Amino acid sequence: MNTRMKEIIATVAIVAFFLICKYVLPKPLEFSPLVSNLIIGAMAVVFIIILIRTLQGKYIERRIVFLLVGIALLLPFFMQFDLPLQVSPEVKATYDALESLPPGSKVLASFDYDPPSAPELQPMADAFMQYAFENDLKVIIMGLWPQGPQQANQSIEAAFVANPALREKVEYGVDYVNLGFQAGNEFVIVGMGKGFRSMFPTDMNGTPYDSIPLVKNITNFGNIDFSLNFSAGKPGTVEWVQVGVDRYKLRMAAGNTAVQAPAVYPYLNAGQIVGLMGGMSGAAEFEKITGKTGKATTYLLSQSSAHLVVIGLIIIGNVAFFREKKGGK
Amino acid sequence: MRREIPLVITFVVGVVFVISYFIPHYPFNEFESWFTDWFSIVGAFAIWLGALNLMKISTLKIVKQKKDWPFSALTIVSFLIIVIFGFYGGKGFRDPGTTFDWLYVYVYTALSSTMFALLAFFVASASYRAFRARNFEATLLLVAAFFVMLGRVPVGDMITGFLPLEYQMSHWANWVMNILNTAGQRAIMIGIALGLVSTSLRVILGLERSYLGGD
Amino acid sequence: MDWQIFGVWLAAFMTLGIISFLYKDNVFYKAAEAIFIGISAGYWFIVFFWDSMVGKFYVQAIESPEPEHHVWVGLILGILMLARLSNKVGWIARWPLAFVVGATAGLYMMMFFVSNAMVQVQSTIMPLWETGDGWFTVFNNIVIIIGVTCGLVYFFFSKKHEGAFGVAAKIGIWFLMVTFGASFGYTVMSRMSLMLGRLDFLFGTWLEMIP
Repeated sequence: MNTRMKEIIATVAIVAFFLICKYVLPKPLEFSPLVSNLIIGAMAVVFIIILIRTLQGKYIERRIVFLLVGIALLLPFFMQFDLPLQVSPEVKATYDALESLPPGSKVLASFDYDPPSAPELQPMADAFMQYAFENDLKVIIMGLWPQGPQQANQSIEAAFVANPALREKVEYGVDYVNLGFQAGNEFVIVGMGKGFRSMFPTDMNGTPYDSIPLVKNITNFGNIDFSLNFSAGKPGTVEWVQVGVDRYKLRMAAGNTAVQAPAVYPYLNAGQIVGLMGGMSGAAEFEKITGKTGKATTYLLSQSSAHLVVIGLIIIGNVAFFREKKGGK
Repeated sequence: MRREIPLVITFVVGVVFVISYFIPHYPFNEFESWFTDWFSIVGAFAIWLGALNLMKISTLKIVKQKKDWPFSALTIVSFLIIVIFGFYGGKGFRDPGTTFDWLYVYVYTALSSTMFALLAFFVASASYRAFRARNFEATLLLVAAFFVMLGRVPVGDMITGFLPLEYQMSHWANWVMNILNTAGQRAIMIGIALGLVSTSLRVILGLERSYLGGD
Repeated sequence: MDWQIFGVWLAAFMTLGIISFLYKDNVFYKAAEAIFIGISAGYWFIVFFWDSMVGKFYVQAIESPEPEHHVWVGLILGILMLARLSNKVGWIARWPLAFVVGATAGLYMMMFFVSNAMVQVQSTIMPLWETGDGWFTVFNNIVIIIGVTCGLVYFFFSKKHEGAFGVAAKIGIWFLMVTFGASFGYTVMSRMSLMLGRLDFLFGTWLEMIP
């Protein structure tokens, strides 16, 4: 059978797989504990086979690694395990800072991310938005990334879905406002230090700044009680610390993608930010401490299994490496 | 003329931003405020320049019937579709329920997210093939990675569940991040900051002119 | 026609189109990639038009009861930036570029010096122990001081890394390696999270299989 034929068969098989998933399999799909344990056992066997082959000098093809990662990420969605989750001090500090705010406090939430980072940051934003609305914190939304304000709209909608009473309770312009995006990266923060109005003459729908009850008396950062920044890179937390915190004395916590989080720890240690939520685990911890279980918590089992697969692959690679080295000697 | 004026602009603007940090009063705060406004507007044009350049390159590719030109046509069509709906939507162009928002949720989000998500597979493949404890330094790197990968997800605490709470994996991951990582990141941060200060000074004083290009 | 259902199916095909690259480069991936480039450029084009040009420039310069005339200079600089598209007058785009470079250099110089150098140095020069500190806190303080100092020694290339200086540089490398390891671990976490989001869409939103 030639390659072309194999590819056609593979394509047909993939289409059939998705059609079966869509129209044949039960919805939702849940594995029993027995099936879950069998799958885990099967994965262990696969790893032993990979180890043996690697030790024989036959490195497995990269597409098999891809498939393995895909399976490790997907199957835990259908499993039911209770996982212990401890809230880290930096996430607790974020929560404590929010808890210390009296009702009516003005919180500036900057959404500095785009859809690719949403799996990590959206759960934090969703939990925060619901928490803020329920605790009568006034939220001023903006974005240094063009997509940020739209992601914020999704968080607002998620808060309303999670707690339908909020839809009636919370009023746009009074309890929250979305100022939208402004070009200029960190220069926007500099400009806001002089005056919010100059950087955001209108909100994202074109309503003049002075006609919005929530912000018409807000001149600059001096009128903001707290700030929470959801950041996926530049411009984001680093720029907010450098300008907002160190220059204009803003009090701030941050939610970061896992890629960015390690670089933000020195700011946390120096007290430039009061709290930090890093990646999916940070989001899950925040969901746990606020009691607003969402996507991050449900993703944790898949996240764990993917980490184990990567660790397993590294160990196998290294076992083979040391064996080769020993053989070479 | 072609080089002198840009050098003067760079010097004046750079100096204003530095001085206004120390003297945030008239006239420097006013100038800083103006420059900040201008920067936002120039930033928008820079993005348009990129978008228009993409259109120019794609159009030339179609006209010259270069390899894969139909995909360039697809790029132009996609660009025009979202731009037309964006203009048509007015100031509330991205409100939930608009066509622009529909394109954002079902096309832009799907494509951009998946594009970046592919990295998950490549990072795993690279880990298997290239991540080796060749020497002591590489072993340190590997061990730190293990601590973080296990400690940041519940499975780490499950594995070390027999230990008292404060000795479980998540606490060690916290320690690695808050102490060891902070020390290393801080050293890098200070090093970069000092380098950046000297480079900025060279740019403002006109000693570094590479951004002006040739001629 | 239910546009939401159509949207979900379209998004699923787009997602699978991109994922197909894992097998090899193919026509579905190329099509999805081309659409992504066009849609992204168009998205940015429109958002900058409405938020920066209309929401800021137009309101400040024209619509406001007290127009701010200085923003016209920003507009002129922006238009000069577009000269880059022409080979003949492209050189004039250096003016707005010089403005951007100057502003960035001036602002970054102060931002980085204060936040990333001064504050970080200040936070490292700390009392090793204070009343009430446990032994672990004292140990951590010592580790941070040693780590930052040795890390900086490693970056100091004007003196040969030998003797006591070399030992400090070596310890600095160890700290940097642990830092890179932690960053690698977090990068793995991040990348896996991104894929989880897509799988959640495919098997949850589209195929409705996830509980």
